[in-house]
Amino acid sequence: MNFAVLQFPASNCDQDAVHAVRLLGHSARFVWHKENSLGDTDAVLVPGGFSYGDYLRCGAIARFSPVMQAVKQFADNGGLVLGICNGFQVLCEAGLLPGALIRNRSLQFRCENVFLKTATIDSPFTNQIPAGQLLRVPIAHGEGCYFADTDTIAKLKVNQQILWQYANAQGELTDGANPNGAVENIAGICNERRNVAGLMPHPERACEPLLGSTDGRLIFESIFHALKSGPAAKVA
Amino acid sequence: MTGGNRRLDMKAKIIITPKKAVLDPQGKTVQDALQHMGYQGVGAVHVGKYLEIELSGSDKDAARKQIDEACHKFLSNPVIEDYKLEIE
Repeated sequence: MNFAVLQFPASNCDQDAVHAVRLLGHSARFVWHKENSLGDTDAVLVPGGFSYGDYLRCGAIARFSPVMQAVKQFADNGGLVLGICNGFQVLCEAGLLPGALIRNRSLQFRCENVFLKTATIDSPFTNQIPAGQLLRVPIAHGEGCYFADTDTIAKLKVNQQILWQYANAQGELTDGANPNGAVENIAGICNERRNVAGLMPHPERACEPLLGSTDGRLIFESIFHALKSGPAAKVA
Repeated sequence: MTGGNRRLDMKAKIIITPKKAVLDPQGKTVQDALQHMGYQGVGAVHVGKYLEIELSGSDKDAARKQIDEACHKFLSNPVIEDYKLEIE
């Protein structure tokens, strides 16, 4: 599988994303934000960081970069797109995912490991996650509080678009386990078509025992599985 | 760039504030601090952004239309923010 990992000025998890994909036996390459095309690509990763210095709003400027037009077309054709951290913010700003990410309730930058409960395995991003298994993955963000109006949240629930929620070690969705104040403890969602997803935590930083957890692999393996079994969209 | 003869005749003033339904921890923290400092009668505080954009020309309606679109598409995020636009 070929993964395109976008690079914006001040992306800083792009190397980690490429490393994780290669570690898991697939190919990944960087695609600069000024590119108009993704080339031969099976899936797109929009990495974490502080694209364009987070000026104006996180992800607000990145969404207008040339490469994002190509990503939008790729997504419109059914291609798999995963946004991690700042990548999630970019996808929300671009309108590829509903809602927005705002300042953490605590006003603090939170950098720690969290537990994620997978709300549904019915998605290309969660299909390999064993039922009931919590994922131990790190977060590192100051503006990761997911917000959407009540109608949108209701729609997310009905369509099972909530993929991951912050939980405690027992898998309960408590307020104490919510690191940023996100509505419904939401850590990650997908679009209605289920081919575009975003999450604030960093699965790419949890793929090796050396890093303390390999739970992030399950998300990548879900994508590999989806690409192998489903009709992969190819967009030049 | 100075813009040569380009005249900056108008100014767009944009105030962006968080929507009421959106959690505003900054506003809450500032409110708490003001109350802690002893200022009387301080209610809810909302922390937003202020932008000034210099514009050439004199057609205020055209400028408003253009900047209003930019506010909606780019300068604010309608999911979480409201904005007020003035052209002068």
